[in-house]
Amino acid sequence: MTFRTTMAFRLVLLAGLAASPALAQENENPLPEKQAWSFAGPLGKYNTAQLQRGYQVYREVCSNCHSMHFLSFRNLSDAGGPSFSDGQVKALAASYKVQDGPNDSGDMFERAGRASDPFPQPFANEQAARAANGGALPPDMSVLAKARDIEGAWYSFLLGPFSTYQEQGVDYIHALLNGYSETPKGFTLPSGKYYNEYFPGHAISMPKPLNDGQVDYSDGSPKTVDQYAHDVSAFLAWTSEPKLNQRKNMGFNAIVFLIVFASLLYAVKRRIWAGLHDVSGTPIDHAAE
Amino acid sequence: MATATIAPGTPTRRDFLFIATGAVGAVGVGSVVWPFINQMNPDASTLALASTEVDISKLEVGQIMTVKWRGNPVFVRHRTPKEIQEAQNTPMSDLKDPQTDQSRVQKPEWLVLIGICTHLGCVPLGHDGAYDGWRCPCHGSVYDTSGRIRQGPAPTNMAVPTYSFLSDTKLKIG
Amino acid sequence: MSGPSTYVPQNGFLRWFESRLPIIGLVHSSFIAFPNPRNLNYFWTFGGILAFMLIEQIVTGLVLAMHYTPESSMAFASVEHIMRDVNYGWLLRYLHANGATMFFIAVYIHIARNLYYGSYKAPREILFILGVIIFLLMMATAFMGYVLPWGQMSFWGAKVITSLFSAIPFVGDSITTWLWGGYSVGNATLNRFFALHYLMPFMILGVVVLHIWALHIPGSNNPVGVEVKSQKDTLPFHPYFTVKDAFSLVCFMVVFAYFVFYAPNYFGHSDNYIEANPLVTPAHIVPEWYFLPYYAMLRAVPSKLGGVCALFGSILLLAFLPWLDTSRVRSSNFRPVYRAFLFLFFATVIGLGYCGSQEPVGSVVVWSEILTAWYFIHLLIVLPLLGFFETPRKMPASITEAVLGPKGASAAMVGARAAAEPSVKG
Repeated sequence: MTFRTTMAFRLVLLAGLAASPALAQENENPLPEKQAWSFAGPLGKYNTAQLQRGYQVYREVCSNCHSMHFLSFRNLSDAGGPSFSDGQVKALAASYKVQDGPNDSGDMFERAGRASDPFPQPFANEQAARAANGGALPPDMSVLAKARDIEGAWYSFLLGPFSTYQEQGVDYIHALLNGYSETPKGFTLPSGKYYNEYFPGHAISMPKPLNDGQVDYSDGSPKTVDQYAHDVSAFLAWTSEPKLNQRKNMGFNAIVFLIVFASLLYAVKRRIWAGLHDVSGTPIDHAAE
Repeated sequence: MATATIAPGTPTRRDFLFIATGAVGAVGVGSVVWPFINQMNPDASTLALASTEVDISKLEVGQIMTVKWRGNPVFVRHRTPKEIQEAQNTPMSDLKDPQTDQSRVQKPEWLVLIGICTHLGCVPLGHDGAYDGWRCPCHGSVYDTSGRIRQGPAPTNMAVPTYSFLSDTKLKIG
Repeated sequence: MSGPSTYVPQNGFLRWFESRLPIIGLVHSSFIAFPNPRNLNYFWTFGGILAFMLIEQIVTGLVLAMHYTPESSMAFASVEHIMRDVNYGWLLRYLHANGATMFFIAVYIHIARNLYYGSYKAPREILFILGVIIFLLMMATAFMGYVLPWGQMSFWGAKVITSLFSAIPFVGDSITTWLWGGYSVGNATLNRFFALHYLMPFMILGVVVLHIWALHIPGSNNPVGVEVKSQKDTLPFHPYFTVKDAFSLVCFMVVFAYFVFYAPNYFGHSDNYIEANPLVTPAHIVPEWYFLPYYAMLRAVPSKLGGVCALFGSILLLAFLPWLDTSRVRSSNFRPVYRAFLFLFFATVIGLGYCGSQEPVGSVVVWSEILTAWYFIHLLIVLPLLGFFETPRKMPASITEAVLGPKGASAAMVGARAAAEPSVKG
């Protein structure tokens, strides 16, 4: 939950309080396993085919309950994203009916969707969403992968800032989708809830959303829950951070540039300060001015 | 200057190292400046709002309607035969910005213009001025029934947007 | 800012201009000819880094304000709009958010350097107090800026911090209502925080000018803590310190760039990507990392008013450091006992930061209390007493001696005199 902030501080706290019991009592949920995401690490990039499959899972499964306020159809053809062609996006958008208006007589009307339209919402408002889901609100998925986090193992603060691993939220979503199981003995599950190993408190309102064979992939990828979970988690990583490819590209250039520039400045500094640490060089006598 | 007296062994400004460092620094500053400038250009959501559809079935002959496209007014004028006649018969020599009427319309009875005076951006008034086209209230530019500049300070004709007829009664601008 | 300038205009126009507005001379005397102690180490480059960070934050903030909407139903969406649609918007926002973190990293190093080398002592008390004011303004600015994205942490951070004022006897509740502009944190609060967040950096800029002015009267302290005695002890600001500052700044920017491009949300909190919801408090609310030590002190005192007093007292007390520290020796290098206590103090602050990041249960509470107590004991008891009991080490006679050794210093004196002669004659 407070993974990053606490890590930042643990970083400077190598000694001393490391054995605090606050660390021992956390993690009543198992730690989600790190997955091998294509977009992790300094050179990571989204896998276009995976994002396309992930969108398919979102569209066929998640979007029945989960909105995505901040995305429009046009985003699906953005560079660094699922990269559908403009034609595909137009056709896709046109397959939805969108309410528009008012027209000249003051009425709302329906028209075919356009690329610039936002993703359609499953429910008209929060109240309708809750009413349809037993009082629970399916969270908006636009930035979900950045809005979820996991508490790392106690030593992860050592590696955190240097690993560039930012995919804890994606790991959590993946784990959650795979985390449905039989309710263990001795656990009382409130009615209308489902048991999930990774959900805080274990009682989740969402029924198991994915089952083997549920979504029909056309590219021959395995039709398993784990594959679906990977693909849709990657898709949610992209919707949360759509400029990741650009960011990492630019970052590489920027850091290489800065290191070169720093080296040059160091050489300049050395030359200007040359000889100032021994007697022979007291090079500039500004007293004479 | 501080370097007025230079002892032996002190590098000079012309030193290659200094020039190279300065050049690299200049490149760095240059590439940082661009995002700060480009952020003021239209963003992706603005660029995506490309087109507007207009129902022209209720526009009587002689009437002008104004619709909003990309934040600007677009005039759709259902021209009378007389207006078409006048527009087509104007000799090119009378025009400040010579353009034939045929090159400015797709169907003679429908004139579609971006309703902005090319002088300084005001919205001209329809059915006004010496040519019964438009007259700009700001500085008195006068346009004819083809939206061409005839009198006043504006330098060019009112612009024609990209548009197409989806049907006889439906116009798509943009 | 250092008295009459030695600047000599090179041509007629510059002479004409300079006699009417001597600003080139001011810049020349402040940032070109200004004599700095020659033994400054890299910890002294953080002043320049901080100046850069202030400008960077103002520029990126100005640009973000062009796209941001300070309205409670649109603020969160407008930030996402910046991240998704605005050209390079993601870069500008990550620069600004991580810029705040880097700004605080730099200011904490700057403060630690100040404490270690005793820079706050006479004749630099006003310079130091101006620094404390800048620090307070920075905290207020950062706090209000964190509210603007209108996520869950923004909202609840605003609520908790503004509620601090309700601890004031009698008028507390009226003050919080006044701060909020309503009965809870809401649109009015967001709007005024935006206005103030835009204003305060310029107030900081004003105090920074005073800070530099106050610096240029006595000049910089230095690692030895011996005042400049002759011009042999100094070097002109340009090119010596401009190039040193530039090198240090670019190294700092490598770290900055690393976080912006490879770990942009590392210092943030995932809950702030959930839109503010006045009905649900996040399970575990924490402030931004740079406030954690103070947050721990707030929670350590088991009374509302007491906690608030500890929080504000811990910072205000710093302003009295020049008088709390009774030793006349500046640099910790010559105060072995003080140095040990100072490192313990640094560890205390870091430990408080850790406690602030944890849920207040079990030993975290105990540790918070112990460390808070020690924070105040250090400042109020250890510091004044040490000055009377500690025997400082022998200090070098001059800065030049500290750099070149005793023999070198006298040789340099002779050599420099010889070198100086021709130009004096000329």
